[in-house]
Amino acid sequence: MSVQAPGAEQRSWYKRNEIAVTPWLFLIPGVIFFMVYVIIPIFQSFYYSTLDWDGLGEPVQIGLQNYAELFDDDAFYVSLRNNVIWLFLYLLAIPAGLGIALLLNQTIFGIRLYKSLFFFPFVISQVVVGLVFTWFYDPTFGIFNVVLGWVGLGPINVLGDERFVTYGIIAAGLWPQTAYCMILYLTGLNAVDPEQIEAGRLDGAKGWRMLWHVVVPQLKPATFIAFVVTIIGALRSFDLISIMTNGGPFGESRVLSFYMFEVALSEYGFRMGYGAAVAVVLFIIMLFFITYFLWSMYQDEKGR
Amino acid sequence: MFPTPIEKSSAAVQTGYKIMLPVALILWLLPLISIMIFSVKPDADFTTGNYWGLPSSFEFFTNYGRVFFDSDMPRYMLNSILITVPTVIGCVILSSMTGFALGVYKFRSNLWIFFMFIAGNFVPFQILMVPVRDLTLDMGLYNTIAGLVLFHIAFQTGFCTLFMRNFIRALPFELIEAARVEGISEWRIFWYVVLPLMKPALAAMAVLIFTFIWNDFFWAIVLTQGVETQPVTAGITSFNAQFRAAYHLMSAGAIVAALPPVAMFFLMQKHFIAGLTLGAVK
Repeated sequence: MSVQAPGAEQRSWYKRNEIAVTPWLFLIPGVIFFMVYVIIPIFQSFYYSTLDWDGLGEPVQIGLQNYAELFDDDAFYVSLRNNVIWLFLYLLAIPAGLGIALLLNQTIFGIRLYKSLFFFPFVISQVVVGLVFTWFYDPTFGIFNVVLGWVGLGPINVLGDERFVTYGIIAAGLWPQTAYCMILYLTGLNAVDPEQIEAGRLDGAKGWRMLWHVVVPQLKPATFIAFVVTIIGALRSFDLISIMTNGGPFGESRVLSFYMFEVALSEYGFRMGYGAAVAVVLFIIMLFFITYFLWSMYQDEKGR
Repeated sequence: MFPTPIEKSSAAVQTGYKIMLPVALILWLLPLISIMIFSVKPDADFTTGNYWGLPSSFEFFTNYGRVFFDSDMPRYMLNSILITVPTVIGCVILSSMTGFALGVYKFRSNLWIFFMFIAGNFVPFQILMVPVRDLTLDMGLYNTIAGLVLFHIAFQTGFCTLFMRNFIRALPFELIEAARVEGISEWRIFWYVVLPLMKPALAAMAVLIFTFIWNDFFWAIVLTQGVETQPVTAGITSFNAQFRAAYHLMSAGAIVAALPPVAMFFLMQKHFIAGLTLGAVK
């Protein structure tokens, strides 16, 4: 009996604390993974941003010099400006998605297939979207210029013109993003309370008034998710720029995430510290949104 | 239902709607349709400037045959599978555990850990580039499929935890309490009570993660290089360099690269859409 005692005692300790201990046992692997690859690197970026380091040799501590350089760097301001343009114009995906969702929220024969096909662009890799739109804009044969030719406008080399390039890429990005917002709203429209619609009709509301005062408020959860994914998508824009213009012409289509990659990992140099400094700026921009998102979700949790 | 069902409007409006839909769809998918046409055209059409006319001959087999037998495309596709499938499995395992822990138990730091996962997942992942690349190099996993998979699992765990936790919250808690009264141990509750109920959510999540990872480009070019390890999204740039200006082959290559997630979407449509709404739009 005395041999078994320690085992029995241990088991009873576990048994007594089972409900307190189990969640931690389940959390450990996931939390460790996430800490090592995501949370700690976020903070490491702050440290790296104070280094002068090519990724191979000895890193040298240079304090805030990277930030001082950033302050005078025209390319940084171009990227920052483009990021702001991205943030605003990307939000157009939300009303556009709602519009298409309203258009498709019918029950005619074959509508499910239509919905799926409208959703198509989102499933395709951004790399392929980028290629497709590069050809779409091509000045010699792209459909875009063929159509412009019909209305008598000269060929425009959208991706080669510094005035249009960012807008051209954003238009390409809006294509899948609109599809995403559309599907969020289609799901949301399913949950709209028919009784409130009827009540609205009895009160004489229809068309835009009905949409704005009765339907849109009920779509709030869908709008919130659409807003979150669109903001994140805008700040993560990289693939399209890399594929369509590689930052050009003359670096005019860069955004922060692309510029960071360019200074840290491309043929333009291996300046890890400088890249990390750009990353920190991007993170601080995102921090505003993350705080807002978490705050909304916290309010929601408390309400339950 | 909003807008008003079309059946209630006049016959003219109904016909108009039915004509408008396919036209709108064709316009919407025009960029895609154009590369589909490109991909079956013969080489000669591009030299003679016949970009938008009918293909002068139907070269589906020649073009796609060259993609599969004359380039590294099959290898890139294999790499993509070797990266995507383990990532999906890893995410499903980790997040069903974290989701269970955060969804079922009440403890003080619960919400904080949950928010850590969400906040980390919202970050523009490019800012992790320098540290993660360095970490991967230090572990000797740079330019290996394993290095890429480990990062993907870790990053996607944030999203998956959010997803699973919200789903488990919506389950009837009485089931778990009843099992506890029966004296069933906690991990058995996980395995025999909660996990079977999570199957639809796991399927939705798996489809979504498959698409995300298959379509990843950024981490592929940061953590891998060369034909032995790069997935198809990264490989397509070298493919295009090989067939520079051969638009019919580049189009065929792009379609091949895009196909697996599309097929996945059509096969698992219901799950896919449930996944996108994070279970939050009820």
